[in-house]
Amino acid sequence: MSDPTRVAVRRETPSTEDPMSSQHEPIVTPSRPVPGTPKGPARVEHQACSVTVERLNAWYGDQHSIRDLTLSFAPNQATALIGPSGSGKSTVVRCINRMHEEIPGARASGRILLDDTNVYAPDVDVVAVRRAIGMVFQKPNPFPTMSIFDNVAAGLRLTARKVGHDQVESALRGAGLWEEVKDRLSKPGIGLSGGQQQRLCIARALAVEPDVLLMDEPASALDPISTLKIEELVQELKGRVTIAIVTHNMQQAARVADQTAFMLDGELVEVGATEKIFTNPDDSRTEEYVTGKFG
Amino acid sequence: MSALAFEPVSARRRRVDKLARGTVALLTGIALVPLALILYYLIKQGMGAISLDFFTTDPTGSFLGDPGGIKSAIVGTVLMVGLATAVAVPVGVGVAIWLVEYGRASKLAHAVRYFIDVMTGVPSIVFGLFVYITLVIGGFGGSSFAGWKGSVALGLLMLPIVTRSAEVVLLLVPDSLREAAYALGAPRWKVVFRIVLPTALPGIVTGVLLAIARAAGETAPLLFTAAAVNATAFDYNDSMNSLPMLIFKNVGQAQDRLVTIAWGAAMTLVAMILILTLLARLIQRRSRLS
Repeated sequence: MSDPTRVAVRRETPSTEDPMSSQHEPIVTPSRPVPGTPKGPARVEHQACSVTVERLNAWYGDQHSIRDLTLSFAPNQATALIGPSGSGKSTVVRCINRMHEEIPGARASGRILLDDTNVYAPDVDVVAVRRAIGMVFQKPNPFPTMSIFDNVAAGLRLTARKVGHDQVESALRGAGLWEEVKDRLSKPGIGLSGGQQQRLCIARALAVEPDVLLMDEPASALDPISTLKIEELVQELKGRVTIAIVTHNMQQAARVADQTAFMLDGELVEVGATEKIFTNPDDSRTEEYVTGKFG
Repeated sequence: MSALAFEPVSARRRRVDKLARGTVALLTGIALVPLALILYYLIKQGMGAISLDFFTTDPTGSFLGDPGGIKSAIVGTVLMVGLATAVAVPVGVGVAIWLVEYGRASKLAHAVRYFIDVMTGVPSIVFGLFVYITLVIGGFGGSSFAGWKGSVALGLLMLPIVTRSAEVVLLLVPDSLREAAYALGAPRWKVVFRIVLPTALPGIVTGVLLAIARAAGETAPLLFTAAAVNATAFDYNDSMNSLPMLIFKNVGQAQDRLVTIAWGAAMTLVAMILILTLLARLIQRRSRLS
């Protein structure tokens, strides 16, 4: 069983400043690096928000798929969610940006705090939540009718904002795709390779300048080299955003995540520094899973 | 025996394969025969009528003298089908968007789908009779037979075709694109108009062209609504001539020249629809490249 006190201890003190006003502050060092993990971001360009999930319950119709889950995501760090198929990893990240409620019959209860703001509060606009929390899906899904440029600009245009060339270039650079596509920005986005398409989707999410990036198995449909590029990208992106990454691949979690959470049947079994989860977990079920005894 | 020694394909399997291929090729050939024959007769019989005057003069209606051209019928068909398209396409696509994006599996959506299916199966003459009884007999709008009443009958005929085909292609738009747009914070109406509709556009255009082709060739809905006249009319409140009506009237005459005009008009109708289809494809290709 998960121990809520251990989770609470790990919660970082959120920045007291308004996150929007501190967007272009000078470089600051991470507030508190997690002990025992060498993977902290090289430098923090933008102080991102923390995400705290409190007593989350989620249902698909009658099926109770997330039970009383409490978990926090430290700012400018990557947290991996691991666990067997159907354990509710994707549902958790879909609850964070309120995509869960788009599915007919699906509902959720509990609190999810972006710094100190509950994204499920009745007066919160779901559109504002999704602008602050970007998402990358399992399969690359660029808009097929749009060029590379328009794909990156889509997020801003769809939320009625003007788009400059600089914003698109910055987003594409952020996704490590600029050098590969700068000469063919007007070509269709679906003409790129699978890995490039996925980085295009990451650029599309970054263009809106979110504080949090949710990645739902972002590399599971990609080849090993593209996967490696995405993983390197996760390391770089921690300078800009807080990352929650769902993965089936335990080596991937070990490579990219500062913190790892293990889920089973909709419950959080254990969360801790990635090194500890993979070498010396507290729960026997975690140990069995990470050593490949089931799942 | 070596493990890599595969046995050759048996003679029986070869025979069955040949038979299967032969059967489908034969069936395709049979299906092409009437199609080729129709085109052959259209051109053979219709070419004799084609001249510049054929397109630029109205029919005279005289049985023995100069029969005139088909100008009024071309104008009437373009005007009536144009008006019907202008009304039926936005409404039909709107219904399809509601069914796919909003109604989904609700009871009302199921009922709407059922009635659209019923409407698809209604014979076209019933639409003509319906408009005749409701609009023509009562002299609605101050006229009895009128071009716009013909458009109403054609529009009713087009509506279920447009709706059904648009619904099918909207359903084909992957949900992952809708999710991507929602996850960027796009409101629902923008997801529909900026992402879903542009993605489905080629398929919607195909459905619209099918509906136009069907409406342009219909005689029955116009029989009791727009009637048949000889003079060119640009006023929707007047009776309007149309190509199918002209063909219907002329092909039964005992004068060879009138029958030839019917063939010429039929060829014109087919050519008009062909040109429209080609234009639509061309525009689509253009817009996709830009």
